[in-house]
Amino acid sequence: MMQQEMHTEAHGSTKSYVIGFVLSIILTIIPLLLVVNHVLPVGPLVVTIMGMAVLQFLIQLFFFMHVREGEGPKYNVMALILGVIFVITIVGGSMWVMTFNSMVQ
Amino acid sequence: MAHVASHDEHHGHVDQESLKILGFWIFLVTDCILFATLFASYMVLRTHIDGGPNGKELFELPGVVAETFILLTSSFTSGLATLAMHKGKVKNLIGWLAVTVILGASFVGLEINEFTKMAMEGATISRSAFLSGFFTLVGTHGLHVSIGLIWMIGLMFQISKRGITAVTKRKVFIIGLYWHFLDVVWIFLFTAVYLLGVM
Repeated sequence: MMQQEMHTEAHGSTKSYVIGFVLSIILTIIPLLLVVNHVLPVGPLVVTIMGMAVLQFLIQLFFFMHVREGEGPKYNVMALILGVIFVITIVGGSMWVMTFNSMVQ
Repeated sequence: MAHVASHDEHHGHVDQESLKILGFWIFLVTDCILFATLFASYMVLRTHIDGGPNGKELFELPGVVAETFILLTSSFTSGLATLAMHKGKVKNLIGWLAVTVILGASFVGLEINEFTKMAMEGATISRSAFLSGFFTLVGTHGLHVSIGLIWMIGLMFQISKRGITAVTKRKVFIIGLYWHFLDVVWIFLFTAVYLLGVM
């Protein structure tokens, strides 16, 4: 079945899905091994695994969700960028502002 | 976005469908904000265990890793369903959707199992601020997956009845987006909740 699909290459094709899938698996296994084996000190470890999560997010976006496909203005990309700004502001802002909690107490 | 639309001849109808897809992208962004608020509260409260169990004691990585790979694979199979749809293969489309549903159901099953185990050990949602944040965040994701399953099963019935039309095409594309989105949320849950938790 998979081989049948390989012949027609429209819509990003099976190939792009397989590549995205394999990359996602690799990007899941690496942080898992890093955490289980305690290879890095905590600071760099957190940065590395978060970085890999972001990479995997981009892979899903481009290989699976085909965010850039279609003609005309990319309103979905604009909405998405706005969403990312909101998410970073909410999560980053909350964590940052709560670090002052200990000073108040 | 105009993905489904660009290959259709009826242009008036098509614009309507691609507009609906854009609308769904906007919904996904608002859903992102919902998860962001839950993430923010979890990250702030994760050290507030009130003398109760912490993540290191509670989280069992093997189960979580299994959940991660199951959801990742289901995201892939839902992609294959979209692909089968573009090729006009109704049987393959329904088949891949069925595989996605089975994988999604096993994910939810594993999660319920994990939650009951934790609750049996006394780690309930009311035990500490950390656990309230944890159950709300992970539970909201699990609820999203469960709703997606019901939605997908309904869509499978509709496709078997009506075949691949402009409307069912749009619906399959949208549920594909939804499913990939849930996988993305899970990646961050896996990293920020479980991997940071057992560290």
